[in-house]
Amino acid sequence: MTNQTQWSRTQKRKESLMRLLFTGSASLVSLVIFSLILFVGYQGVQTFRNIPAGEFFLSTDWTPSQNRFGALPFLCSTFLLTLLSVALAVPLALSGAVFLAKIAPRAVREMLRPAIDLFVGIPSVVYGLIGMTVLVPLLAKLFPGTVGYGILPAALILAVMILPTILSVSEDAIRSLPQRLEEASLALGATRWQTIRRVLIPAAAPGILTGIILGMGRAIGETMAVYMVIGNSPQMPKSLLDSTTVLTTAIVKDMPSTFYGTAWNNALYLMALVLLFISLLLILIIRMAAKRSELS
Amino acid sequence: MRMSRLTDRLATCFFWLAGCLIVLLLGWFLFKIMVEGLPQFSWHFLFGKPEEILAGGGVGPQLFNSFYILFLSLLFSLPIGVGAGIYLAVYAKTNRFTGLIRISVEALSSVPSIVFGLFGALLFVNWMHMKFSILGGSATLALLNLPVLVRVTELAMRAVPVSYWEASLALGSTRWQAIRRAMLPSALPGLITGVTLTAGRALGESAILIYTSGLSVSRHFPDFNPLAMGETLSVHLWYVQAAAVVPDARQIAQGSAALLVIVVLIFNLAIALPCRMLQKRLTGGK
Amino acid sequence: MFKGKQITTLLLAAAMSLGLLAGCGQSKDSGASAGAGGNTGADNGGAKQEQQLSGTVTASGSTALAPLVKQAAADFMDKNPKVTVNVTGGGSGTGLKNVADGTSDIGNSDVAAEGEFKDKGLVDHVVAIAPFAIITNNDVGIDNLSKQQAADIFTGKITNWKDIPGGKDMKITVVHRPASSGSRRLVQQIVLDGKEFTKEGIEQAESGAMKTAVASTSGAVGYVDIPFVDQTVKAVKFDGVAFSKETVRSGAYKLYGVEHMYTKGEPAGAVKAFLDFIMSKDFQERRVEELKFLPASLLSK
Repeated sequence: MTNQTQWSRTQKRKESLMRLLFTGSASLVSLVIFSLILFVGYQGVQTFRNIPAGEFFLSTDWTPSQNRFGALPFLCSTFLLTLLSVALAVPLALSGAVFLAKIAPRAVREMLRPAIDLFVGIPSVVYGLIGMTVLVPLLAKLFPGTVGYGILPAALILAVMILPTILSVSEDAIRSLPQRLEEASLALGATRWQTIRRVLIPAAAPGILTGIILGMGRAIGETMAVYMVIGNSPQMPKSLLDSTTVLTTAIVKDMPSTFYGTAWNNALYLMALVLLFISLLLILIIRMAAKRSELS
Repeated sequence: MRMSRLTDRLATCFFWLAGCLIVLLLGWFLFKIMVEGLPQFSWHFLFGKPEEILAGGGVGPQLFNSFYILFLSLLFSLPIGVGAGIYLAVYAKTNRFTGLIRISVEALSSVPSIVFGLFGALLFVNWMHMKFSILGGSATLALLNLPVLVRVTELAMRAVPVSYWEASLALGSTRWQAIRRAMLPSALPGLITGVTLTAGRALGESAILIYTSGLSVSRHFPDFNPLAMGETLSVHLWYVQAAAVVPDARQIAQGSAALLVIVVLIFNLAIALPCRMLQKRLTGGK
Repeated sequence: MFKGKQITTLLLAAAMSLGLLAGCGQSKDSGASAGAGGNTGADNGGAKQEQQLSGTVTASGSTALAPLVKQAAADFMDKNPKVTVNVTGGGSGTGLKNVADGTSDIGNSDVAAEGEFKDKGLVDHVVAIAPFAIITNNDVGIDNLSKQQAADIFTGKITNWKDIPGGKDMKITVVHRPASSGSRRLVQQIVLDGKEFTKEGIEQAESGAMKTAVASTSGAVGYVDIPFVDQTVKAVKFDGVAFSKETVRSGAYKLYGVEHMYTKGEPAGAVKAFLDFIMSKDFQERRVEELKFLPASLLSK
């Protein structure tokens, strides 16, 4: 009898210790997140000391050397680029995930999954270079009259970059569904496609959404590859193949060389803060849309 | 009945097409990188020192630094990220606060790496006086990878059927025992995905490391001093493309790209295979 | 693998090894950092005491200057096995910031420190001349641009190559560097007389990317440091003068900038020795030219 209680005492101690560790980790993560947001926010908000908010958000004139900081073109381009790249990547990634999880033979899956995971490790510089030396001239040839730089090549490259992330996480989500869901559906006489469409995908929705959000996050925050193919001229894009700038490239362009504390530097931090809010907004929208269409 | 058979067949075709398209797309990328990069491989390239003026520099020290920084950053981020993920999945009550944390974690994964780089430079290089060092670089990389790890872990834990958890508790286990014995083994594949995504990102990241671990390599070949500057392979790739004046800059960049792909592949296989075996052992085979 | 005891041991072991590593590094580094600013071994200064030089020198800043400083570091470390020279990039602005607040010993910069850095006590050392050229894509076919023509192209007044005598009917695509780049500021000063660049066109972050963009975009024109010029692009003459060491020396070729390395206050110890090494005749005449810069003394002769 005494042995048992001793054992359960040890277990209780372990339990408290692990609980402490886990809570500690979560607190540490929250600390990191909040300090980062504070850091970016504090620097960013300083911008409003010199520049009215109206000018920053609504003006299209970005000429820092003359103290004009209108960031509207960047905001629009960021939205456009993110939406386009997600729109390009998600259907393909989701189809690929379903393919690997349910349709492909085991051997194919064993080979393909590591190969796809490989792609997350390719540096963005490499994607950027391939974009700049292969995709851009190709687009220039296909659409004569343009130089091939713009939102289109950037979205295409980004879609390829985020495909593996969305695919991996979605596939995991689909594979981890209990067998009985699928079996029950098939037993009721549904075809495989009907099962996938009506049972499996909705059931795996939380995981799939997380994959999409993570991929979207990468798309919003990617700089180097986008920098090389988007053109970076600080004006509103007139078409998908017109040189423009997004928030991330605007930050990366000038952050290293602007001096700490100047209006220019603060404006860049403000852009980072805006980026954070944009992604928060997009995440909320996705989650709300999911909840609305959820089959309970 | 016919109709649904037809749509089923069409759907199967469609998915096979999608799969083939993905294979083609990624295969083309891989092909391009390898075809241009593999010819650069030589013993000297893989293990020799870099050059500034003459052609023929190697990337040995950078390769070592890539691994070293990867190892250190995983060391920092894995326990904390996985721990926080488990907390969110198991221990946390669903109130506003945890919802807020979840959303900020997701939003954080979209911050441009350069902001992390500057934050890390300020925090680690300046305030904590680590100067430009491998340690500073890995700490900042750990910051970058935390959001992905937390989210993927939480997801993996939540994907485990609730019945495992309930059964374990019903048998009188503590929560930690339930996690350790019942849930983690099943959640392992998802956790592995998190680790490979993180490692891939860590190996391929360059912007952050320019500000925190620098562009120099130590003069000794394996230098384990974490306070030395450590240029990694991907930073070197960027440097060679952007600012170096050696005549074979393009070739070095291509070789480095191919090398990185191989490194990531080896890493993923090295993680996936043992864990596959481990999972079989822990869950009685699936 | 996930037994509770083993996990705690693993975590503890990780924490301890981290501490060990940091400790190791710390003791090596605290010995070294004592040498960085006011070095004990080399206060006697001068080349005679080179064997006893020890310490760590950190230089950060301009990526255009980085190859030069890295080569100097490699050569210097060969001669002084006890010194470690660390070089990183980050841009001229970051370099100046780092040297002003003590994060690095030397700040590499393509532009002279101005504004708030004027009174931070930074001492300037001019280490090289960095000439640059206006480059075009190989299909443009123009040999020479006068200052006025170049200015009109870069400000956006001329948008088609046919408006330049000898040019084909091709749209001009201007390739820029970032607004805060030193090279861009130089071009603005020397070619545009301070006028604004056009907003049209493409921008690339670094010299390497600039060159690749000009080389692969038809009708493109840009500017890049001489070391990056090769057969994939065409370097045009400026006002009829082609680049060469002689034309820069004689003043005929006006497109060049000056590379600075700043220190906070007068340098001492290993830092001073490093800077002296860079300014030494041997390094200037051999390495600097190998790297396709020009010696700092070229213009003061």
